[in-house]
Amino acid sequence: MSDPAEASALDIARAVREGATTAGAVVEAALARIAALNPVLNAFTDLTADRARARAAAIDARRAKGEQLGPLAGVPFAVKNLFDVAGLPTRAGAKINRDLPPAARDSPLIERLEAAGAVLVGALNMGEYAYDFTGENVHDGPSRNPHDPARMTGGSSGGSGSAVAGRLVPLALGSDTNGSIRVPASLCGVFGLKPTYGRLTRARTFPFVASLDHVGSFARSVADLAASYDAMQGPDADDPVCAARPAEPAAPTLAAGLDGLRIATAGGYFRHGLSPEGHAALATVAAALGVTRAVAWPEAPRARAAAYVITCAEGAALHIDRLRTRAKDFDPAVRDRLIAGAMVPAGMVVQAQKFRRWYQARVLELFRDVDAVLLPATPCTAPRLGQDTFTLDGVELPVRANLGLYTQPISFIGLPVVAVPVPLAPLPIAVQIVAAPWREDVALRIAHALEERGAVRAPKPAGWSPPPGGGRSAA
Amino acid sequence: MSTPDLDEFIAASARVLALPADPAWYPTIRFNLEVTFRLAALVADFQLPDDAEPAPVFRA
Repeated sequence: MSDPAEASALDIARAVREGATTAGAVVEAALARIAALNPVLNAFTDLTADRARARAAAIDARRAKGEQLGPLAGVPFAVKNLFDVAGLPTRAGAKINRDLPPAARDSPLIERLEAAGAVLVGALNMGEYAYDFTGENVHDGPSRNPHDPARMTGGSSGGSGSAVAGRLVPLALGSDTNGSIRVPASLCGVFGLKPTYGRLTRARTFPFVASLDHVGSFARSVADLAASYDAMQGPDADDPVCAARPAEPAAPTLAAGLDGLRIATAGGYFRHGLSPEGHAALATVAAALGVTRAVAWPEAPRARAAAYVITCAEGAALHIDRLRTRAKDFDPAVRDRLIAGAMVPAGMVVQAQKFRRWYQARVLELFRDVDAVLLPATPCTAPRLGQDTFTLDGVELPVRANLGLYTQPISFIGLPVVAVPVPLAPLPIAVQIVAAPWREDVALRIAHALEERGAVRAPKPAGWSPPPGGGRSAA
Repeated sequence: MSTPDLDEFIAASARVLALPADPAWYPTIRFNLEVTFRLAALVADFQLPDDAEPAPVFRA
């Protein structure tokens, strides 16, 4: 493990287990990188350094006693600040939530990762109440893109994308209601997994849109993504949406190759508004897989519209008391969207939910003939921070609402997706690998094959030079 | 809907729902409502049978 900043989670865990390094040294190196880089990237809002050092010391003590260590032994990780972390108020990117009492207990996904040996080092910046695709936050400042700190990370899991792409940690958790894992994965150039709706427990996370909320992970390799996913699977009575199915580990089949897999692209809606970089990324991935087949994805624009309507109405219902009592403490952009959402007639929402059922049935028919579909993740590479609009197919549109153009029709019916980064210069952009429900293993296999073929990888940000101590600092 | 109609809708809804919608916020609220209503109309235009079930199903 020559460069601790570049090491994968699995390389770190192996080195800790074999005694080539210690969990304590790994955690100290991560804390040093965060201290050096976070002033630029603004990825972290909270550090749990004391807790991390204590946990690392416990892992090293267990090894000294000859005990078996977990698959993620000593791996530093961080979570979007809507995950409960014992002792911290769960910010969810909001000023209002800072008045909440500290969480009494960690989110179960933190507990499960720590049971596998990982070490929580802090909580990460995000768009207020997850109603965001930019990674900007008026209270904490924007999370910044490691490939160009003047550009957006994407959101709402912006700190998660920034922390992993910037080599602060090898692993981070985020949430995805309409694209909030896949958009930052694309703009920051890292791998992101949004599992099937109901696969991973959302207990003790701050919600946004209950019928659309997912949680998942970010990493710089597919094997790390699969290892974290496997460590977090399993039923949880504390989340009524979490499926009662047993864990179905994906890591063992990661290297199974592509034999027998039917993969296609989809045109129509998923090409409209796509930048030349987005087209190039899709072409790279399709060529690497030898994919020439295209399928017709049904009613994607209407699916995106229905997801939009449900999101604003359900989100508003969640926050209506806070809107009544603390309207001026919201980010104004979020507040005005939520107030508008509170005024949406119920009939529109019910119709959107009826359409959702119809649409799910049609898309599942499509998956009888294919195992995975390749789609763009974002229309373009990272916009500049503060940029309000961009031009897609000659039409000027708001950035905030349209970065998730291609992700919304997929999360709308809970399909599993791996976002894979194509390392274009100067900025990366991702492709979505979409599989049938509960077939995360298929999307991860394809992602792994693409990684093996060199078509996708999490590129090292240019313009950084290593500071003393092995970390990195802004050039 | 026209701008005056939408502003009237916002003002009435805010009163009924006890929401503190400051008139200075109306342009952004109006913009968001226009987008939402346009997208909801796209969904409503899609003909579904009367017995179409909504997606979330409560299970006792």
